[in-house]
Amino acid sequence: MTTAQAATSTAAARRVRRLPRFLRYRSAQIALAILAFVLLVAILGRFAAPHDPEQQIGVPFATPSGSSLLGKDYLGEDVLSRVLAGGTTVILYGTLATLLAYLIGGAIGLVAGYRGGFTDPTLMRLMDVLLAFPPVILLLLIATGFGSSPAALIAGVVLVQIPSVARILRTATLEVSVCGFVEAAVARGDALWVILRREILPNISGTIVADAGPRLTVSILLVAAVNFLGLGLDPPAPDWSLMISENRAGITVNPWAVIAPAIMIGLLTVSINVIADAVARDRGTSVGVETMRR
Amino acid sequence: MVAAEPLPPPVRTFGSAHPLAFYILRRIAVALAVLGLVSVLVFAATQVLPGDAADTILGRSGTAAQKAELRRELGLDRPLLEQYSSWIRGVLHGDLGRSQSSQQPVTTFISGRLSNSMTLALVAMIVLFVISVVLGVIAGIRRGHALDHAISGTSLALIALPEFVTGAILAVVFGVYLAWLPPTSIVLSGSSPLYHPSILFLPVLTLCFAGSAYIIRMLRAGVAKEMTSDYVQALRLNGIPEHRVIVRHALRNSLAPTVQVFALTVQWLIGGIVVVETVFSYPGLGQGFVQAVEARDIAVVQSMTLLIAAIYILINLVADVVVILLVPKLRTSL
Repeated sequence: MTTAQAATSTAAARRVRRLPRFLRYRSAQIALAILAFVLLVAILGRFAAPHDPEQQIGVPFATPSGSSLLGKDYLGEDVLSRVLAGGTTVILYGTLATLLAYLIGGAIGLVAGYRGGFTDPTLMRLMDVLLAFPPVILLLLIATGFGSSPAALIAGVVLVQIPSVARILRTATLEVSVCGFVEAAVARGDALWVILRREILPNISGTIVADAGPRLTVSILLVAAVNFLGLGLDPPAPDWSLMISENRAGITVNPWAVIAPAIMIGLLTVSINVIADAVARDRGTSVGVETMRR
Repeated sequence: MVAAEPLPPPVRTFGSAHPLAFYILRRIAVALAVLGLVSVLVFAATQVLPGDAADTILGRSGTAAQKAELRRELGLDRPLLEQYSSWIRGVLHGDLGRSQSSQQPVTTFISGRLSNSMTLALVAMIVLFVISVVLGVIAGIRRGHALDHAISGTSLALIALPEFVTGAILAVVFGVYLAWLPPTSIVLSGSSPLYHPSILFLPVLTLCFAGSAYIIRMLRAGVAKEMTSDYVQALRLNGIPEHRVIVRHALRNSLAPTVQVFALTVQWLIGGIVVVETVFSYPGLGQGFVQAVEARDIAVVQSMTLLIAAIYILINLVADVVVILLVPKLRTSL
C-alpha cells in the first residue's frame, strides 16, 4: 500500500467516523435514504410534474395511461402531478408546529421547573387542562372555533404539543437547577433569562434531541389527520392526506389516487420514526413516538 | 426537676389515617376542577369566530331583523356568562342543547350513533388487547431472535403510520384487489353492525394495526426483563413447566405496570375512532362529530367535546387508581 493510498484510506475512515453514530444501524441507513427521497419529491417534485396539479385534464377516476401514469382523481386532475406537488404542506406545517411547540412549551417548562414555588403548579395545572382532550378532538374544537386555515391548523398542533413538551423540559430543568453552576450564576446575580439560556438550556439539550424525532413524527401525523378530515387545507390544493379523503369515493375505479399519496405519507412518517428510534437506541434514551400518541 | 408536660395526642387527620382513600378523593377533586376549566375552554373556543348559530341557520338570505328574532329565540342575545351557565345547567340535567343544522336535540344525535361507535370500540379493544398481549409475550420470550425482530420492527413501523393511511391501504388491498370485504362500512339505519361482521373487519383491523404497537413494545420489554430474573430461574430449576412460568409468573408481573399503557391505548382509541370512522364512512359518533365541525354546528361540538373530555379524564383517573391498587410499591409516595 503506498503512502498516498494509506492517507486516503485514513481520510475515508475519519470521514466514516464523523458520520452520526446512529447511522451504524442498517435500518437507520435505509430510513435516511427513504426520507431523503420523500423530501426530494416534496420540495422539487412540483417542478417535475407533467401536468398542472390543479387543472382538469380528463375524466374523473380515469385509470392509468401513458400520459398520466397514475390515472386521474375525482376532478379529472393528474394523480402523479398532485402526488409530486402535494408533500410540501404536511412537512412544512409539521416542522413549524414542532418548533413553535418547543419555543412556547419549552419556555413554560423551563420557567415552571426553575422557579418552582407558586408558578410551577399553576402552569402545570393549566397544561393538565390541555391534556384532558384527545388530540384529534382538540384539533376539531379549534377548527370549529377558528375556522379551517393553515394558521389555525398549526396553532392547533402547537397547542396539542405544548403540554408534553412543557412536562418533559420541566422535569429536566428540575434536575439541572440544583447543580452548583446554577447556584453560582444566581450568586453572580445573573438575570433569570440569562440563567435559563446560558446555564440550564445547554444542559437539557440532550433531552430535547431525544424528544425531537418522535415529536416531529407526531406533529406530522396530526397535521395529516386534520387535512384528511378536511378541516385544514381547502381543495383544490394538492395535499397527500387531502387526496386520500377526496378520492375515497373512486377507490374501486382508480385505487392509485388513494394508494400513491398513502404510500408517500407512510414512507415519510415511518422513516422519521425509524431514524428517531435509532438515535434513541444510540443514546440509550427511550423516548418513543408511542408515548406521545395519546 | 419539673415534670415533662404530657405530649399532646398525635393529630390523626383523615389524610394520614387513610392515605389511599385520601389520594383517591384528592384525584377526584382535581379531575372535577380540570373538567370545570375544560368546559370554560370549550365554550370560549367556540365563541371566537364571527358569525353565530343564527347566521348558520338562516344563511346569507336572512335579513338582519330575522336574525335578531332568531337570536332572541335561541338566547344568543344574552351575555356570554349567562349563555355559559345555562349551557352547563342543561348539561348537568342531561339536556345537551339542540343541533343547529338538524334542529334535533343533541342527545338524539348522540344516541343514534352511540351504539355503532360502542360496538366498534369494544370489538376493537378486545381484539387489540388479545393480539398485542400475545405478540408482546412472544417477542419478549424470543428476545433477539428473528421472530422478535419481525414483531418489534413491524410495530415500530406501524406506530408511525397515520390511521387513515393504514385504513386506505387495507381498503384497497382487501376491498378492491382481493374484493373479500366491503371497502366502506355503511350501516343501514335500524340495523346493527353486529349483524354484518364483514363491515367491522377493516375498521377493527386498522385500529389494531395502529393501537397495538405501544402495548407490544412495553410488554416485550417487561417480559424480557422478568425472564432473566432470579425467580424465573428458580421456578425453572424447580421443574415448573415453561408455559406456566411464562403465563403465571412472568406475564403477571409485567402486566401490572402496563395498566397505564392499556389506559393510554383506550384513550388513543377515542381519537383513533374519529379518523377510522371517517375513513370507512362508518356511521358512528366520530363521523357525526366531524360532520358537525364541518357544518359549524356549535351546540353539537360543544356538548360532545365536553362529554369526550369527561370520559378521557375518567379513564385517566381509573388507570391511576388501579395502578396504585395493583402496585403497592407506588403507595410510598402518597
